[in-house]
Amino acid sequence: MKTKVNKGSEKASVKSGLPEQVQVAPEQIKYANLLLYGSWAGIAVLAVTFMLYVAGITPAYIDPAQIQQYWGMKSSAYLEAAKVPHGWGWLRMVGYGDFLSLVGMAWLGALTVIGYLILLPAYLRKKDAIYSAIVALEVLVLVLAASGLLGTGGH
Amino acid sequence: MLDLIIGGASSFAASVAASPAAGNISASVQAASGNPGMPWWIWPLLLFAVTFVMGIIAVLAGVGGGVLFVPIVGSFFPFHLDFVRGAGLVVALAGALAAGPGLLKANLANLRLALPVALIASTFSIVGAFLGLALPTNITQTALGITITLIALLFIFSKNSEYPSVGGRDALSKKLGIGGTYYEASAGKTVDWTVWRTPQGFLMFTFIGTVAGMFGLGAGWANVPVLNLLMGAPLKIAVGSSKFLLSITDTSAAWIYINQGAVMPIIAVPSVLGIMLGSLVGVRLLAGAKPKAVRYLVIIMLLFAGLRSLLKGLGIWG
Repeated sequence: MKTKVNKGSEKASVKSGLPEQVQVAPEQIKYANLLLYGSWAGIAVLAVTFMLYVAGITPAYIDPAQIQQYWGMKSSAYLEAAKVPHGWGWLRMVGYGDFLSLVGMAWLGALTVIGYLILLPAYLRKKDAIYSAIVALEVLVLVLAASGLLGTGGH
Repeated sequence: MLDLIIGGASSFAASVAASPAAGNISASVQAASGNPGMPWWIWPLLLFAVTFVMGIIAVLAGVGGGVLFVPIVGSFFPFHLDFVRGAGLVVALAGALAAGPGLLKANLANLRLALPVALIASTFSIVGAFLGLALPTNITQTALGITITLIALLFIFSKNSEYPSVGGRDALSKKLGIGGTYYEASAGKTVDWTVWRTPQGFLMFTFIGTVAGMFGLGAGWANVPVLNLLMGAPLKIAVGSSKFLLSITDTSAAWIYINQGAVMPIIAVPSVLGIMLGSLVGVRLLAGAKPKAVRYLVIIMLLFAGLRSLLKGLGIWG
């Protein structure tokens, strides 16, 4: 079976600029808008917090001039040598510029979970059991990855 | 401001295949690497410059920035591979998240295709992340070198298909209702599509997820051939869905790297900013670029970085 390319002119929907046959579900639009504003906000936070760190405006846990001593180490050795906490321990240290920069990254990492929480009610309303389960499982996987519970005994 | 940057970068675009800018930056990195007394700020600045060029090249060549970032920065900068892979995931994640809205709104990222695949890939990317962080560095570096060399070969030999032939739909794709319609603007037509060989495709994503997490690579180089050539999704759907599902695969692996202390802001942030800014410039330059020449440049860069990583892992070079 060949992928079907439809002949003839298509009537474009005024709102989306797409033909009427190409329906984009409302939850998909909501997810897209979340990513649009969320990702650029996250990148802006990264830029600002990083500038605060390297310009010395916020105090640094490891001074930028000293960081060269650590960036050649394996991450586990760096955690030990610099006494940096595992998992979410960095949240207690956001007063330092180097850890404040992680806030933007954590936000980028949280966006997908928030997006999936937008999708879940929509699939439940449609009584789409399989995709509701897939979305719920993905949220579980991402939350587990983010929790820091995995691999805590590894070092 | 973007116009100013584009103006400055236009000479680069005109001779991108010869890549004098990339050559100069590479020479600066080499010089700085050989001088441990360099002031600290040189490194984030060089990283920003390198990733800015990388962002332009990635867009012009139609590849993800992550696949260039890890082998090149891992081979030529003094950072441990753990931090490079952690930064690579944040770079790929930021790029995928920023590309997501346009793809979702145009229905080029298809949720019925991407969601099940993302669940598999993101689960296995966690396994890959732990594997990569647990293995001795020389083994990870060697395996990265082999993987990057194979990716370069894949770029040489893989031929995508715009509208692949799809045989009978399998039971799994029917059960999941994978398929849809998208608008092909170049032809002014809508295209109906579906997929087949779904179980085989899903199986491949266990491997892709593991590799993505292990090496911190965005996995578009593998997603697209599997979705397009194996499962039969039209090229635009494969590319769009691949980019979207990277935002999910890379999220789970990135969290593991963050929690294990393998994301250092001084490496990750200039890289994200450089590559995002470079991508914006690259998109503006796309119309006047010679994609084939840029693609050859990328293949040469990957082969060189792959070989360098392999030799570094084996203790032969660096």
